[in-house]
Amino acid sequence: MAEVFQAIDQFPVTLKTWLLGHAAGVMPEWALPLLSAALSITPILAVFPLLFALTTVIERKGLGRIQNRRGPNRVGIPLTNIRLAGFGQFIADGIKSLTKEDIVPRSADKVVHFLAPIALLIPVLLTYSVLPFGRNMVPLDLPQTGLLFFFALGASTELSVFMAGWSSRNKYSLLGAMRAIAQMVSYEIPLILSALTVVMIAGTLSLSGIVESQAEVRFGFLHSWHLFTPWGLVGFFLFLTAAAAEANRTPFDLPEAESEIIAGYFTEYSGFKFAIFFLAEYLGLFAMCGLGITLFLGGWLPPFKFLGFIPSWCWFLGKLVALILLFIWLRGTLPRLRTDQLMGFAWKFLLPMTLINLFVAGLWHLSVTSVPMTVRWIGGFALLAIPYWLLGRGFEAKVGKREYRFAN
Amino acid sequence: MGKPTFQRKAEVIGIGREGELLEVAMGPQHPSTHGVFRMDVVLDGETIVKLKPVFGYLHRNHEKIAENTSYLASMPYTDRLDYFCSLTNNWAYALSVEKLAGLQVPERAEYIRLITAELTRLLNHTCLAGFLLQDMGALGTPLMYAFREREKILDLIESLTGARMMCNYMRFGGCRCDLPPGWVDAAKKVVAEYSKFLDEFETLLSGNEILMARTQGVGKLSAELAVSAGVTGPMLRASGVDYDLRKVDAYGIYARYPFRIPLGTHGDVYDRYMVRMLEMRESLKILEPALKDIPEGPVVDPKAKLRGFRPKPGEAYGRIEGPKGELGFYLISDGSPNPYRYRVRPPSLINLTVLEDMCLGQTVADAIVSLGSVDIVLGEVDR
Amino acid sequence: MLGTGILKGMVETAKNFAGSYHDPERLTTVEYPEQRIAPKENARQFPMLIHDTEDPMKGLRCVACQICEKECPPQCIYIVKSKDKRADYKGQMQFYPATFDIDISVCMSCQICVEVCPFESIKMDTEFELSNTDRFGGLLIHKEQLAKSNEHYRKIHPADAAASDAVLAAEVAKAQAKAKADAEAKAAKAAAEAKAKADAAVAGPVPAPATSTAPQPTSPPAAPAA
Repeated sequence: MAEVFQAIDQFPVTLKTWLLGHAAGVMPEWALPLLSAALSITPILAVFPLLFALTTVIERKGLGRIQNRRGPNRVGIPLTNIRLAGFGQFIADGIKSLTKEDIVPRSADKVVHFLAPIALLIPVLLTYSVLPFGRNMVPLDLPQTGLLFFFALGASTELSVFMAGWSSRNKYSLLGAMRAIAQMVSYEIPLILSALTVVMIAGTLSLSGIVESQAEVRFGFLHSWHLFTPWGLVGFFLFLTAAAAEANRTPFDLPEAESEIIAGYFTEYSGFKFAIFFLAEYLGLFAMCGLGITLFLGGWLPPFKFLGFIPSWCWFLGKLVALILLFIWLRGTLPRLRTDQLMGFAWKFLLPMTLINLFVAGLWHLSVTSVPMTVRWIGGFALLAIPYWLLGRGFEAKVGKREYRFAN
Repeated sequence: MGKPTFQRKAEVIGIGREGELLEVAMGPQHPSTHGVFRMDVVLDGETIVKLKPVFGYLHRNHEKIAENTSYLASMPYTDRLDYFCSLTNNWAYALSVEKLAGLQVPERAEYIRLITAELTRLLNHTCLAGFLLQDMGALGTPLMYAFREREKILDLIESLTGARMMCNYMRFGGCRCDLPPGWVDAAKKVVAEYSKFLDEFETLLSGNEILMARTQGVGKLSAELAVSAGVTGPMLRASGVDYDLRKVDAYGIYARYPFRIPLGTHGDVYDRYMVRMLEMRESLKILEPALKDIPEGPVVDPKAKLRGFRPKPGEAYGRIEGPKGELGFYLISDGSPNPYRYRVRPPSLINLTVLEDMCLGQTVADAIVSLGSVDIVLGEVDR
Repeated sequence: MLGTGILKGMVETAKNFAGSYHDPERLTTVEYPEQRIAPKENARQFPMLIHDTEDPMKGLRCVACQICEKECPPQCIYIVKSKDKRADYKGQMQFYPATFDIDISVCMSCQICVEVCPFESIKMDTEFELSNTDRFGGLLIHKEQLAKSNEHYRKIHPADAAASDAVLAAEVAKAQAKAKADAEAKAAKAAAEAKAKADAAVAGPVPAPATSTAPQPTSPPAAPAA
């Protein structure tokens, strides 16, 4: 029985080796690495855009249910009457964006305007290459620079935002793009600092190495995810907040908000290019979530050892879906922050908290042998909760609940 | 806050920097301007230095049409003024015609008027909270909850008047028709469940830190400016002025039911939002005993005529505390079936005149939120 | 503590999400057109003309008095009176509308025409799916389309129809009572005249014939078909 589960767990790897083995006899030597790369990439290109498509439908249906209404529930398989509870909506949306007229402003810089969506999509797809999706399933295992590669590509997506805003020759697009970049750059720092905590503890920048560092089994059944530590818990939420801001999700979706005059940086995009922006944004969100899972949630490891029969890529996908649902939940509940409040939140709240988190993680690591477990836990939480409370007090001094008086 | 507007504008702009300013028109097609409304905004960077509201896109000649139609035929047109709350518009018009012609309203009709007006206030304030959150980007969740509750009240109104929004229900001297059987029990049920909905709504919204950060300190309106500009309604009470026509005029039978007036202190958007939430709870306190006390009797004055209504020459001004402010009708009659002059005092328009003062020195996002808190309906602003 | 407001809000939305699967209060969508909400009894959409007999045109209660045309606020009713008269439900000769058009693109469903009609002949219907592809003439409804039977009126507005029927029945009863009173008066008069003649014949020839100035009462013809 265990062999069956093992086989299911490793079937992508076995499939790839089998195909390579067969191709070795057929293809020349120099083509084999290319074929190997292509075989590694194909599942990513197949799974994640499909996940994006399903996410758009699930988001609309989920938001609908939160708002006491149904989401889309009529579009199924095209040209038939089969409804599929509305899950064919992405096909309809895709066809719509493909067939829309592609309007490019007359004075726009055409080359840059054309390249901007591609410049967003390619780095985002590249970030997937270092994420470990399952046991032995990293498309590109960089033992010394995995995490650095991810963050470098993530930062380069900001260039395409500026390309989009600049090439439109529209002063509102430009202002929107500058604000978007300001937001993304500000939130890079808490993002990297919270990831840095994990690197410090795990001792390696390799993502599969970080997953391995969480594989130790405690109390006989619990995998030691970084989430199960005080600094990991807080660090995870800081990472998620910064990731939401990077991916322009509510409550940080000011660059995309249409209820302001300075509309987003992709105002001048229509049709397929807009669809690529949309796709790239969601793929960026999935990549960030995937990184968060790798860093804090144990990657493809199950929480409890006895659940290890479920395949590792199932665990990764399951955690990814759970985080996506969390983001949909947040989107349905919260209004959005104003620009200056966004920036203030990043610099005055997230940054100090991540630095304190780094300090607490260091203390935690150094006191492994010398201090008993309960003291470490309570101490860790106290050291994190007190600055949080103080920062919260600073916020509440300016805004807070009020008492109202009544006449007569 | 005490300086006149032109002085504050000069300070904000500074002299000689006009060339760097950006002039933007927001609207009339805009998702957050509550209708066809335009704001010509001059920006210095992100700060507003000048704001001119431009309206008139929905002008339908209501007052001129009324000069050429009979008094009764103007009643359906009043529904379309503040199309969100048609029953209070009807009552204000009926009140002024009754003053003009000296008609008496029977007891049962007064109770029905009170109950429908307070139900209208409930649905208006609920939906205002929803729309304000929608402008702030909450993607419609509070709005959908508000509309869910509004549906219950609209069902009540439909079973009473025949239409959900364009009710045409009040007549000169009473109401058009009597309550259908079972209506009072249905209304009691809706009112009993409403406070539970208000609790849920407040849990979702009032403690939300993002809402508080977006609305506190935004769009401040001082009490002196509000009074001198003629602002009325929840906006005035949020600035701390105790003025509610239900207490001042005590029209109808409001004097029989004690209720409190919530007052704000800062005059910002959060105060206006909270004053409306508290007012809803006070409306429930009026509705519950009123629904129990409805007497039997006729619903229209027997002396009132439907056709051929010619009030004696004279003038009258009748006003009520509508959900948006003081809604008044000024009528001059010259003895003919049509009024000589028919003038509506639109609360939304008069509340809008202070928009620039509220928004100077703030960002565009705050201007949108401030506009949302004024609670305008373009049908009333433009008539 | 910072963040509690947001957490409470998230719990609220989660409750709504979970509730939408089992609580009908939390999923208020009615999937039109497969599902429909039953209209309320008092709901009103556009006017209709009531007819009493099998033949819609012959049984129309409308007598083309044109009061609704005058009182309609947006002036969307167009009536042309007929040249001849025909009997109404009470048996009196009345005009009828040769043309009765309502422009439902103008009509605002205010119901004033219903309130001012003295003949219980125009009432509000509840049908609203009246969209048409002909933008210029398709929304001008003629009397053939406007005529609906009293049975239909009873079905959609039972209480109003019962009240309307009661008013008409009272009118019929009043007319019959008046006819009976007139007939009795006439009979009494004829009997008095016959008696006077008989007395005069007994008393002898009279110098001048008595000028009979008795007015001829308009006797109603045969009883009207209901």
